[in-house]
Amino acid sequence: MFDNFVVPNLQPAAPELFLAAMALVILLIDLTVKDSRRTLTFALTQLTLVGCAAIQFYTSTGEIVYTFSNMFVDDLMSDLLKLFLYMTMIIVLFYSRGYVIDRSVMNKGEYYILALFATLGMMVMISANHFVTIYLGLELLSLSLYAMVAMNRDSVVSTEAAMKYFVLGALASGLLLYGMSMIYGATGTLEITGVAEKLYGGGANKTLMVFGLVFLVSGLAFKLGVVPFHMWIPDVYHGAPTSVTLLIGSAPKLAAFAIVMRLLVNGMITMAQDWQQMLILLSVLSMAIGNLAAIAQTNLKRMLAYSAISHMGFMLLGITTGVVSGDARYALNAYSSAMFYVIAYVLMTTGAFGMILMMSRAGFEAENIADFKGLNKRSPWFAGIMLMIMFSMAGVPFFIGFFAKFSVLQAVIAAGYLWLAIVAVFFSLIGTFYYLRVVKVMYFDAPDDDAPLTATNDMRLLISANGLAVAFLGMFPQVIMSLCAYALLRSL
Amino acid sequence: MSNYPLISLAIWTPIIAGLVVLATGSDRNAPLARMLALAGAIAGLVVAIPLWTGFDVALGTMQFVELSSWIPRFNINYHLGVDGISMLFVVLNSFITIIVVLAGWEVIQQKVAQYNAAFLIMSGLMNGIFTSLDGILFYVFFEASLIPMYLIIGVWGGPNRVYAAFKFFLYTLFGSLLFLLALMYLFIQSGGSFSILDWHKMPIGLGPQIWLFLAFLVAFAVKVPMWPVHTWLPDAHVEAPTGGSIVLAAIALKLGAYGFLRFSLPIAPDASHELSGLVIGLSLIAVVYIGFVALVQEDMKKLVAYSSIAHMGFVTLGFFMFSAMGIEGALVQMVSHGFVSGAMFFCIGVMYDRVHSRQIADYGGVVNTMPKFAALFMLFSMANAGLPATSGFVGEFMVILGAVKFNFWVAFAAASSMVVGAAYTLWMYKRVIFGDVANHHVAELSDINNREFLILGVLAICTLWMGLYPQPFTEVMHASVNDLLRHVAISKIQ
Repeated sequence: MFDNFVVPNLQPAAPELFLAAMALVILLIDLTVKDSRRTLTFALTQLTLVGCAAIQFYTSTGEIVYTFSNMFVDDLMSDLLKLFLYMTMIIVLFYSRGYVIDRSVMNKGEYYILALFATLGMMVMISANHFVTIYLGLELLSLSLYAMVAMNRDSVVSTEAAMKYFVLGALASGLLLYGMSMIYGATGTLEITGVAEKLYGGGANKTLMVFGLVFLVSGLAFKLGVVPFHMWIPDVYHGAPTSVTLLIGSAPKLAAFAIVMRLLVNGMITMAQDWQQMLILLSVLSMAIGNLAAIAQTNLKRMLAYSAISHMGFMLLGITTGVVSGDARYALNAYSSAMFYVIAYVLMTTGAFGMILMMSRAGFEAENIADFKGLNKRSPWFAGIMLMIMFSMAGVPFFIGFFAKFSVLQAVIAAGYLWLAIVAVFFSLIGTFYYLRVVKVMYFDAPDDDAPLTATNDMRLLISANGLAVAFLGMFPQVIMSLCAYALLRSL
Repeated sequence: MSNYPLISLAIWTPIIAGLVVLATGSDRNAPLARMLALAGAIAGLVVAIPLWTGFDVALGTMQFVELSSWIPRFNINYHLGVDGISMLFVVLNSFITIIVVLAGWEVIQQKVAQYNAAFLIMSGLMNGIFTSLDGILFYVFFEASLIPMYLIIGVWGGPNRVYAAFKFFLYTLFGSLLFLLALMYLFIQSGGSFSILDWHKMPIGLGPQIWLFLAFLVAFAVKVPMWPVHTWLPDAHVEAPTGGSIVLAAIALKLGAYGFLRFSLPIAPDASHELSGLVIGLSLIAVVYIGFVALVQEDMKKLVAYSSIAHMGFVTLGFFMFSAMGIEGALVQMVSHGFVSGAMFFCIGVMYDRVHSRQIADYGGVVNTMPKFAALFMLFSMANAGLPATSGFVGEFMVILGAVKFNFWVAFAAASSMVVGAAYTLWMYKRVIFGDVANHHVAELSDINNREFLILGVLAICTLWMGLYPQPFTEVMHASVNDLLRHVAISKIQ
């Protein structure tokens, strides 16, 4: 009966297996934790993530390895993205800790377990080579996040945000699945590399493929949060507890980038002409609506939500310029610039939400832009950190955001889309206005609130490191840039 | 001597000094912050001076070159060097930084460390702009220098400072983003080089040259500023603290003009010839029309701001006549304007600190209570009007001489504006300084103290030195300007 059963090669999935096992162990251990601060749970969670990073590092072969009957792939792109994912999650959990302790309703072991499962979901997404694997990872991530958004269950806004997120997320998953089913109909396979082969051979029904592609891109656009599928972003960012907003706004962008790469580039590069047109439209709309709507916001979380929309639009520009009239010679340059952009964005956005978390206290959410008034008087150091993050997001040198924009723009111009580059810089000029406004509030206005910052020392240290990293990597971006380029060179 | 990375020192000494000053923290340590800032500024000048003394005037090429790889992924290099065009501005900038630190010595009592740090860091960044030979390095310095200026206007500025700070930042950013796209286009066309010197040699068709030229024009015209994109400057000047105004007028405006010589002319020579009429037209509008605008100003700072625009009109006019006389005259005018406009803004600051008004109508008869000040202010007003024997005369005279050779009517329009220049400056001087004591504020004025006397005295010496003996300034330019002109005369179209 088991004659055909072959034990799959587990090594490529070792970090995932470790994390899944540890999540269950921590769930059990947490039952015995009496400490109201849940230090043990927190420490074990962080150790698990560090362990994942170590396993990832030591099991990486640098080759493209498929396992689980080609459903799962381990290549350098996934290794690199996962390493950044672990790092982001470690930072996110550190930032969240004080905030969660101050809010007893969220201070449960589940908070950390759900974060771990969300991480597992993202890892699966990053390494997926099969439509079902993508869907599995996506749902694991989404379900964990729905629960986390709703964790602050006494808050009406949070519950509403969770509801919206759930309904729209389910709709997006539906679109994605529908698209996948059409592609299955056209190609007869669910495997991404299989789809690519079939398309290359020219055996697929073109009409059905294009329909499937439209649904697939819509589903991806939902997950990335680009216009016109962005409506959930401001509400969820605003309504979710800030520590969860930080999680939603940072690491999942890495995973979303990965599935865009897997589905569109690995799977359907031969149809690049079709999906690039769609992405250009999505990207231009996102930059326009994201930047314009952000100007009108008074709530910093909402402002950062619209800014996230515009940043994802900008990142998509890099993906849209990989193939020019059938010529893929720019592909590596274009995709690695988009990857660098995502990593840079995640670094900046963790810093920005981290600042909001640091300014918040028990019973006080520093989520309005006005709450940052006169920060330069209250704490010049952290005003300086926030200043660096804001200018970095605006794309002003010497910060990493500049080189992120730079690398995408040069890819766009190299591919000959000069008009697209002009549109992009025009909207980023508009975007600069609202980042400048945050700086203005911190530096030019007098403080309303003289309460000293209550953040713990490790929080202060970490957020300082985050801000300085934005500046340092802005001066020396070479390492991450070439890592991205090398990883993609070995993976595509 | 040239084994030391002198240019890097000129860039990073003030920046590191600025960070040290920043570390002194709150205003309890203000005296320490001031002393450190002064020491940093002086150190910045000391490391910049060998660039002048060690400069070989016979060479038109780049000197003190430093080249190391910065971002190999895009072939971006840390490539620095000075020629006769840029060297003087590094020294001027380092010198003005000392003046600025001294100018804010007593007036600035809030956030002293941040104030001085912002100026020191900006000084280093500006040295970086003048010495970068890599397009992206230039751009990075160019845009990063907006941040300290934005904060200076916004934190220590006047009542309408927020508006002025935003306008300054967004206007300049708008120009520089198109410039960035032009740099990337050149990168791709040149087959992957960001070296400005490579771009100088690269053949480009006329069509692309025109587009490049226009992109450069937008960036630099905003910075210079040229009519009609000058409107941010009066706002920024009026709201900025005295030190901010000095740096804006003395150094920041020169960045745009410098950009024309480093980018527009040598990279797009054919387009420069093709479109020189446009630039000359805009320059003449700045010289003549803005001169008249200055005449009717009631706010002294606004008046000097408009006069700066008019003087910078002379500079851009000089560049686009493609003669050695015109370009050298324009360069002399740039250096001279650095001294004179800096001094003018400082003089207005001296009065503003005492009376807290910049309205001409609030003054009158200042000579009765501030005789020493009145004498020095007289000198700078005369220099601003272009009186012979002051530095203001040399540059304008050379530009007009160049213009006569180029086209009589252009020269006529430019020369007639000198009359307007004399009119608005001297009329302001007359209304403020002479006459009866206007009100009790003026009656209570105390004359300048030693610190103020020192600043104005040093600037006065510079102004007279350059007016009487401009040789040391012009001799360093000859070789580089001739080189540039030879280069611009050769068509790049193939």
